[in-house]
Amino acid sequence: MSDASPADERVKDISRFRKALIRPELGGMVGTVAVFTFFLLFAFDSGMFNAQGIMNWSVVSAQFVIIAVGACLLMIAGEFDLSVGSMIGFAGMMIAIFGVTLEWPMWSAIMITFVICITFGALNGYIVVRTGLPSFIVTLATLFILRGFTIFIPQTLERKTIIGGIRDVAEGDWLAPVFGGKILGGLFTWMGDAGIIGVFERGTREGQPVVDGIPMLIVWAFALIIFGHILLTRTRFGNWIFASGGDADAARNSGVPVNKVKILMFMFTACCATIFATCQVMEFGSAGADRGLLKEFEAIIAVVIGGALLTGGYGSVIGAALGALIFGVVQQGLFFAGVESSLFRVFLGVILLFAVILNTYIRRIITGER
Amino acid sequence: MSDPIIQMKNIEKHFGSVIALAGVSVDVFAGECHCLLGDNGAGKSTFIKTMSGVHKPTAGEIIFEGQPMDFADPRDAIAAGIATVHQHLAMIPLMSVSRNFFMGNEPTKKVAGFNFFDHEHANTVTMQEMRAMGINLRGPDQAVGTLSGGERQTVAIARAVHFGAKVLILDEPTSALGVRQTANVLATIDRVRKQGIAVVFITHNVRHAMAVGDRFTVLNRGQTLGTAARGEITPEELQDMMAGGQEMATLEGSLGGTV
Repeated sequence: MSDASPADERVKDISRFRKALIRPELGGMVGTVAVFTFFLLFAFDSGMFNAQGIMNWSVVSAQFVIIAVGACLLMIAGEFDLSVGSMIGFAGMMIAIFGVTLEWPMWSAIMITFVICITFGALNGYIVVRTGLPSFIVTLATLFILRGFTIFIPQTLERKTIIGGIRDVAEGDWLAPVFGGKILGGLFTWMGDAGIIGVFERGTREGQPVVDGIPMLIVWAFALIIFGHILLTRTRFGNWIFASGGDADAARNSGVPVNKVKILMFMFTACCATIFATCQVMEFGSAGADRGLLKEFEAIIAVVIGGALLTGGYGSVIGAALGALIFGVVQQGLFFAGVESSLFRVFLGVILLFAVILNTYIRRIITGER
Repeated sequence: MSDPIIQMKNIEKHFGSVIALAGVSVDVFAGECHCLLGDNGAGKSTFIKTMSGVHKPTAGEIIFEGQPMDFADPRDAIAAGIATVHQHLAMIPLMSVSRNFFMGNEPTKKVAGFNFFDHEHANTVTMQEMRAMGINLRGPDQAVGTLSGGERQTVAIARAVHFGAKVLILDEPTSALGVRQTANVLATIDRVRKQGIAVVFITHNVRHAMAVGDRFTVLNRGQTLGTAARGEITPEELQDMMAGGQEMATLEGSLGGTV
């Protein structure tokens, strides 16, 4: 048997361009460059690129990243979670109920909230794999159930839908700063003193830098990107995620525990939503029943802009993170540029449509369909 | 000849009031290609699903390497060395050949206490195996979707062999393929058989069976019509047995012997 049979003359060498096109992150990379070029040209003087401005859109982008990483891995595993937004509202409310109303120590309120929310995620997953129903419908039900509880519980217990005072309760707690704290404060003070970034010129904070540290929200976003990317591309579990979303039956025939993979991904998505919610209530100091509205769609849009296929089996965490970055930069950038904010929705719709069309085209290249 | 690697004795399978298999006996030896022929509804699929652990037989015995076996699920059968290559549902088009090849059997290496997917090893092995099977890949990261149907079957067979299959069940591997691709798959079957693996080749195409088969068993209406070795039977006789004889002969006559 010849070990080097001649190359098949009908297999055309694919061009570098097409090869690059197959990488799921490409759309996100091009989009990121385009968005930054645009705002550097048209909004450079608006303060968008000074320390405060950068922190502004970084925080917004990081919020999108946290939920996009969860949605991305779940979508690659072949499922959706529409309950992310409600889960954010619900998780925030749980922390407030346990921490403020029931006066539990903050760390235990946060922990019990994680347990409850991840259990709901597992329940979503269990129902989906057990019944074989589309996750779209199952999690749509969860969307309403969780939102209903988020309004009902505080109204029954406190006769209001916004519970404040979380910051006072969290004072001195060991776990709360992991979500609500800031790091590298010393570095920013030094940069302020050295004149690299601006300092407040009057008021009670005179002399302090305008940005006094990196919020833990951003740290969480980076941690989740790194974790998700390594899990997906460098572990056997990552291979199972791709396989479960690519073709669940073929994966099962090869001995991949598809149901387990899917349930775990639902749990991970719920975990990401809870991280988001915890950071948010620590920042605002309050929990509101309307928090997280429409976040599920924003997460899915970021993931799709990042090159993942809605049908599963293909995508990248880096791409989803870039999608989230585009999302955050454009949303805040239009504000800086003084553009009417309703146009953001127009932009969102257009870019979503464009991304989906591009992704379908890319899938044809990969699978060789015509 | 030595003992058969797998013996199926009087296998019966009932689904409620339907008797899908009414006592089928087949034995397969290592290094032979045993063709299982039968028309649609003859019970071929039910029979191989019993062999590969998907169904539990209602009655009858499975003896694998001299031991009576009782498979709880397909994973048991795979662990014992019985691999099934399905016509569809074997490969995931969006994933690379290398990721597909090792799906469910991913090699890992430890880095800093964590287990990581050993892509380097996976890619090297995949390229070697594919070259041995005569498939030219652009690279191990080429998506399976770009391969032809015959190449996908070949990858699936190569994968089963690589992971230590002793009995390879091929469920109609050629039924959706063109002439050239069929020839490639048949050549692969021949190569695998020569490595000493028992091949169970399910088909309803007599010519494909005749091309590689050592022995032929015909199923009809859930029963074994008989087993014949190569040279003991002509393609026409096989065709007749599959179709249930007389009826088909008349039909064939009216079609001018083209079937």
